Amino acid sequence: MYDGGKIIPGLIIGLCLFLSPFLYNAGKAAKAPEPELTAKAKKAKQCVAPTPYMKAWHMQLLDTWRHEVVRDGNRYYNTNENLWWDYKFDYKLLEDWRRFVSGTMEENQPPGRAGKIYYKSLQTTCLDCHANKSKFCDQCHNYMGVTPYCWDCHIEPKENK
Amino acid sequence: MAVDRRKFLKLVGCSALFGLGAKTAIDIFAPGELEASMKESLPNGKKKWAMVIDMDKCLQKQAEGKCTACITACNHEHNIPDFGNIKEEIKWIWQDTYEHVFPTQPNRFLDEDIEGKPFLVLCNHCENPPCCRVCPTKSTWQREDGIVMIDPHRCIGCRFCMAACPFGSRSFNWGDPRKAPKELNPDYPTNMDYPRRNKGVVEKCTFCEERLAQGKLPACVEACAEIKVHALHFGDLNDPDSEIRQLLRERYAIRRKAELGTEPKVYYLI
Repeated sequence: MYDGGKIIPGLIIGLCLFLSPFLYNAGKAAKAPEPELTAKAKKAKQCVAPTPYMKAWHMQLLDTWRHEVVRDGNRYYNTNENLWWDYKFDYKLLEDWRRFVSGTMEENQPPGRAGKIYYKSLQTTCLDCHANKSKFCDQCHNYMGVTPYCWDCHIEPKENK
Repeated sequence: MAVDRRKFLKLVGCSALFGLGAKTAIDIFAPGELEASMKESLPNGKKKWAMVIDMDKCLQKQAEGKCTACITACNHEHNIPDFGNIKEEIKWIWQDTYEHVFPTQPNRFLDEDIEGKPFLVLCNHCENPPCCRVCPTKSTWQREDGIVMIDPHRCIGCRFCMAACPFGSRSFNWGDPRKAPKELNPDYPTNMDYPRRNKGVVEKCTFCEERLAQGKLPACVEACAEIKVHALHFGDLNDPDSEIRQLLRERYAIRRKAELGTEPKVYYLI
């Protein structure tokens, strides 16, 4: 090999540079952030759907709401017409969800099955309770590397930081 | 290149066949699409929202001094920023002179009471909306209650609808509303319950459908009633006893460019 004295150290330095971020962060797994609840959200205990559902599928719920509000003018949501009960349009989602909550169906029933009415609005209903957007929404979204463009138009509440 | 008699006849024959065929094909695949609107909208048992603007009352108020209560209320309600630049202006409800609002009623000698006077203009929520026919993404469409809605989530900003609208009722967001000059919009966003728009989407008056859903009147109508002018009236065209139908029975009303057949639903009492 010609110029081996330069190439081999060069390769080693290059490899070290390439691996340095991995070596630097080795053994320090970034902890998944826990969404923080506001006092109001804690007091309410129950969101518009059970927590496991909201954790996994809040984006689908918001998308459904968006469609129903804008396209159909249907602005009120009843917890009775619950998503996994009679999910009419996406059976795969329904099956995923059934598997997801299997065994915990009983405790995940909506409160009293009486149905509570909510105004379908990210800006005025969701963020009324979850007023701490940076701690409730953003830190998880950042951790997952997702950048929802909801906030390009919808206004987030002012936070006291 | 000479065309002999035989070739010429062939060409004419083929062209005629093609022409007739095209008309038939359109009649088969898209019946009625070629004709301009000829049918009157029929009551379908549902609400048909419409607005009646009493220009007598409005102009009386204007004579006392400039009044923009309805416009201010709308801008405030819908987070409409002021870019300080007429080319980037976003208009939901605004004023223009009689001659511009009714260009197809060109009387050479006009009544002094209306000549050059500011008339209120907004989206007419046409019964046959040309904007909805041209939208390639169906992001603007007509609801069952007659409101021509717009879905900014879906708008790609092609501006076909703006070209199609004969009333100039649609505005394009050339800039990001969040980047509107701070000194012109000190307390923007003005309404925390209503979203802003994004750069690159079209927007217009929606008859305050979000307020209608909560049983309220449109913001402009409410603002006009608040200053005790009561020039704006809003109601259901399908209900023969509604306030607007009574007004239309009693007074002479005109609509903008009614001859185009788009069936505007904003009436002006003069």
